[in-house]
Amino acid sequence: MSLFDIFNVAGSAMNAQSQRLNVVASNLANADSATSSTGGPYRAKQVVFNAVPVAGDATGVAVAAVIDDPSPMKTVYDPKNPLADDKGYVTMPNVNVVEEMVNMISASRSYQSNVEMMNTTKSLLLKTLNLGQ
Amino acid sequence: MNRLDDLLQFHHQALSLRGQRQQLIASNIANADTPHYKARDFDFNAALQSALTHDRPAAALATTAPGHVAARPGEAGPAGVPLLYRTQTQGAVDGNSVDVDAERAAFADNAVHYEANLTFLNHQIKAMLAAIQG
Repeated sequence: MSLFDIFNVAGSAMNAQSQRLNVVASNLANADSATSSTGGPYRAKQVVFNAVPVAGDATGVAVAAVIDDPSPMKTVYDPKNPLADDKGYVTMPNVNVVEEMVNMISASRSYQSNVEMMNTTKSLLLKTLNLGQ
Repeated sequence: MNRLDDLLQFHHQALSLRGQRQQLIASNIANADTPHYKARDFDFNAALQSALTHDRPAAALATTAPGHVAARPGEAGPAGVPLLYRTQTQGAVDGNSVDVDAERAAFADNAVHYEANLTFLNHQIKAMLAAIQG
């Protein structure tokens, strides 16, 4: 039954979008983390979405990978900082706060459309169940 | 029995195709942020015409896994109508061709048509029951 597959499609998309939201949250939280468990400054993470067939023609979404943002790190002149190099510069995370906010809004809007899609499908299925009564 | 079958045939085909189209549009909306994804849809009119006039081939290869490809190109789409790619209105740099507004409009439109079909079907069933029970 094709309408049931929509739950899988929308579910996979909601899963992927919530993971994206999770990554945005960790990027924003660590926007100023000059050091991390690896020793270096925090590197921004980005999710990579991938279309995966669910059933028949239905296509869901999966997170193919969470990659480290390849953009260059920021450097800040702060000689008082214990992490500063001999010239007084501190390497800061490459998190672009504005970009992350845009990413967050986009993810939450996409999540919302998927929720609405699920609601519409649910009501259609319930009406189909009541057929002939 | 055959008469009843014939009576319900049209709405049965229409509902099943509406369901398939709903599924395709749902996939488009779900993949609104997937790079290189191309929005797909099919010509509902042509599919319904083809479903009402032609019988499905008696023996077709079953596609049991998501990666399986239909044996003949004509069988790939719903009711033998090919799946098409939506024409882009505004291109995106990541190669994604989903226009969320257009897809949501199509989704709502398709849902209303599905409900309309259900209503018609319900009325037909009620009319038949009235005829049977007197």
